[in-house]
Amino acid sequence: MHSATFDNGLKVLVSEEHTAPLASVWCWYKVGSKDERPGLTGVSHWVEHMNFKGTTNIPRDQVKGIIERFGGSWNGYTWIDQTTYLETASRDALDRMLFIEAERMANGLYDPDDCESERTVIISELQGGENDPDQLLDQELTATAFKAHPYRHPTIGWLSDLQSMTRDDLYSYYRRHYVPNNATLVIVGDVDSDEALRKAERHFGAIAPGGDIARMTTEEPEQTGERRLTIRKPGTTAYLKVGYHAPSWTGEHFFPLLILDAALAGAKGLNLWSSFRNAPPQRSTRLYRALVERGLASWVGGALIATEDPFLYTVSATATDGTPLASVEAVLLEELDRLAREGITDAELSKAKAQLRARLVFDNDSVTNIAHQLGYFETIGGIEQLSAVPTRIADVTVDQVGAAARATLTASNRTVGWFDPLPID
Amino acid sequence: MPLSPVRTTLGNGVTILAKQSGMTPSVAINVSVRAGSIADPRGRAGSTWLLSRVIDRGTATRSAADIAEELDGRGIALTVSVTRHLFSIICTCLAEDFEPVLALIGDVMMSPSIPPDELATRKGQVITAIRQDEDNPAVRAVETLMALLYPDEHPYGRRTKGTIETVESITRDQLLALHASRFAPGAATAVIVGDVEPSRVHAAAERVFGTWARPTPPEIALPPVARDTMRRRVVVPMMNKAQADVAYGFTTIARGDPRYYAFWLMNNVFGQYALGGRLGDSIRERQGMAYYVSSALDANVAEGPLTIRAGVSPANVDRAVASIDTEVDSLVADGITQQELDDSRQFLIGSIPRALETNAAIANFLHTEAFFGLGLDYDAKLPELLRAVTLDEANAAARDAVGTDRATVVIAGPYAE
Repeated sequence: MHSATFDNGLKVLVSEEHTAPLASVWCWYKVGSKDERPGLTGVSHWVEHMNFKGTTNIPRDQVKGIIERFGGSWNGYTWIDQTTYLETASRDALDRMLFIEAERMANGLYDPDDCESERTVIISELQGGENDPDQLLDQELTATAFKAHPYRHPTIGWLSDLQSMTRDDLYSYYRRHYVPNNATLVIVGDVDSDEALRKAERHFGAIAPGGDIARMTTEEPEQTGERRLTIRKPGTTAYLKVGYHAPSWTGEHFFPLLILDAALAGAKGLNLWSSFRNAPPQRSTRLYRALVERGLASWVGGALIATEDPFLYTVSATATDGTPLASVEAVLLEELDRLAREGITDAELSKAKAQLRARLVFDNDSVTNIAHQLGYFETIGGIEQLSAVPTRIADVTVDQVGAAARATLTASNRTVGWFDPLPID
Repeated sequence: MPLSPVRTTLGNGVTILAKQSGMTPSVAINVSVRAGSIADPRGRAGSTWLLSRVIDRGTATRSAADIAEELDGRGIALTVSVTRHLFSIICTCLAEDFEPVLALIGDVMMSPSIPPDELATRKGQVITAIRQDEDNPAVRAVETLMALLYPDEHPYGRRTKGTIETVESITRDQLLALHASRFAPGAATAVIVGDVEPSRVHAAAERVFGTWARPTPPEIALPPVARDTMRRRVVVPMMNKAQADVAYGFTTIARGDPRYYAFWLMNNVFGQYALGGRLGDSIRERQGMAYYVSSALDANVAEGPLTIRAGVSPANVDRAVASIDTEVDSLVADGITQQELDDSRQFLIGSIPRALETNAAIANFLHTEAFFGLGLDYDAKLPELLRAVTLDEANAAARDAVGTDRATVVIAGPYAE
C-alpha cells in the first residue's frame, strides 16, 4: 500500500489489486454523529444526503448517470465516527471518480429547495427505522447507556432537530468538516499507484485546507449501576438487548473481547460494510446453545464494532413466540455471568481464532471491501493497527479474555433493554 | 475476460459448474436442487421452508452438534435459501477447507435425518419469524400483492414460510417424504467458484455425489397466470407503525420470453437506474416523499411480477400512489427516450465486471445461467443481447407490462381508507 499526505493535509492511501478491471474510490471524513451538538442531531447524515445533489461543476441534472455510464455504483454512509462516499467502477473511470469526490469536498451546492425536499426523505428514513422494533430498541438502549458522550444520540437524529434544522446549519457544518485536512482518500484496484497519486494530486491538490476542527472531548463517566428500559408498543414479537460499555478500537481489551464475542455468539469479522452480509458461525456458541437450541430465542447475536471512542458490546435476542422476556434475560445473563466468572476454554479460544482468520479473508473479497477497511480504520484512529490485526488476534490468551470479561461483563456496566409488545388492536 | 466455467455432468445426472478464480484464498459453493416452494403440497404451505430450516440439523452420519462443530470450527455458516423453484445451500469457505465443506453440504442435501427435537425447535423459530412478518409493513404489502396477482392457490401467490397453522401441522414424515420426492441428482446443480482447480472440483463432487441414486422427479406443472384486467386497491391497516409501504404491481413475462431483455432495460429506466430511475427522480428526488422507491422485474419460469415499492409517510400515501400512476401513464403513453435506453444499456453492460467480481457473485450468476439454460457463454453474450434491444421493443414492453387501469395497489401501514 502507498500512502501520501498532500500539502493541504489530505491523506491518500492507494493499494493495487489487479484481479479485476475495476477501481474503488472512497473519500472518508472524520465527522459523524458524535460531532453533533444538541439541536443539530442528524446533521452529519443529512449533509451526506445533500452531497449527492450537485456541485458547481456537476449540475444537479448531471448527477444522475455520472458514474453509471462507467458501469459504476456509488453509495455513502454516516455513522457515529465517520461519513464516507464511494464509487466502484471500471478502472477507466478513476479520473471521473476522483473528480466527483473532489467536487463533493469543495463545491457542494446546497440548493435551498433541495435541502427542504431532503428533509422529508430523511424523516421518511427515520420512520422506516421506527417500523422495526429491533432497530427502535437499539436506538433507545444506546441513548440509555450513554448519558454524557454524544454516541448517545442516533445518527439519523432526533425528529425535532430534523424538523427545525436550516439550510445554513447544513451548509456551515459542511464547510467546517469537508476539508482536505479532515479527510482520507482511498484508491484500490487495477491502478498504478504513482499514476493514481498524481491524479489525486491534480484533483485535490488545490483545495484549500480548513481551520482546526474543535473535537468533542467528553468522556462517558463510568457507569455506576445497571440501567434498564422497557418499550411497550403494539407488536407481535419481544426483543431483548443488553449493552456493556466496551473499549475503543485501540483499547486494551478490544481483541480479547472480539474472541469473547466469538465464543458467545460467533465471529463476525471487522468489516462494517460487508460482515453483516454473511451470517456468523454460531451454532456451537454459548448463547446459541443456551437460547436458540433450548427454544427460548429464535435468534441471538453479539456486536463488538471498532470505534474511535469506547462504545458498546451488545448482545441481542429475539424471544420465540410465547416466551417471556424475563426467561430469555435470565438465561442470557446467566451465561454472561458464567463467562465472567470462569472465562473461556482453550478449545473455544482456538475455535474463535480459526473463525476470525476465515472472516478476515471474507472481509477483503473485493476492491470495494478492501478500500473500505483501509479508510475505516484510518478514520477511527490510525491504520497502523490494521495490518497487525491477525497477529493481535493470534496473540490473545485465555487469561486476557478472562480479564476482559471481568472488566466488561459486570452488572453495573450494563444496560438492559426490552421491547415488550402490547397486543395489536 | 469471459468466465468460461467448466461444466461436467456426473453419471447420475448432477451438474457441476466450476470456475477458478484467485482473487482470495476462498471458495464459494452453491448447491441447488429444483425443489423450491412450488413443491409445497396443497394445504401444507411452508413445507419446503421448514425443511430448509431443519435440513442441516442432522444426517444419517452426523448429529446436529457434529455439523455445528464442523461449521463453526471453519468459521463458516451455511445459508439455506428457498425461492419459488430452487432449494439452495450456499457457503463461502477457505480454499483449504473446500473438500470437507463440500462433503458436509452434500451429506446435508442428500441424507437429512430431521431429528424430532430439532424439528420442534425449528418450528418455534419459523413461527416466530411468521409473527415478525405479520408486524412488518414491507412484508405484508408484498405478500398481499403476490396473493392478489397469483390467486387461487397459485404457487407464486403463497407465502413461502406458510402460516402458523400449516407449520404447526407439518410432520417429520411429511418432510422426509417431500425430500424423497423432490431431491434427486438429476435435479441438482453444484456451482463452485474460487481458488480451486476445476479438476479438483470434479473429483470432489464425484466423491460426494457420485453414488447418489434416485430418479429425477417430474417437473411441477404451474397453473396459467392470468393477466390483470382491472385496477385493484387493498389497504392492510397497521396503525402501530410509523411509515406505510406501498407495493404496486403487475404480472409480466417469463424469463424465457424473447422480449426479456427489452423488459429488463425498460424496467431499469423506469425504476432502477441511478437512484430508482424515473420513479426515484419523481418521488424521492423531486418530491422528497420517500426514502426508497424503485421497481423490480422478476421474470421467472412462469410469468413473474413487476413490482413497484415505496416507503412513505402516512400523510403522503395518496400523493405517492398518484405519482406512481403519473409515471406509469407517462411510460405507457410517451415511452422512454433513446437517451434513457442508451444510458441504461451502457450501465448494465458496463457493470458486468463489477457484478462478477467476488466468488459468491460469480457463483450466483452461474447458477442463474444454469437454471434458465442461458448457456456457458452467457456473460460474454449478455452485452450483445442488451445491445440488440430497440427503442420500439422497450416501449412495446412498457405498454405490455404496466397500465394504471390494471394495476394492483397494496398499502400496508398506518393508513386507513
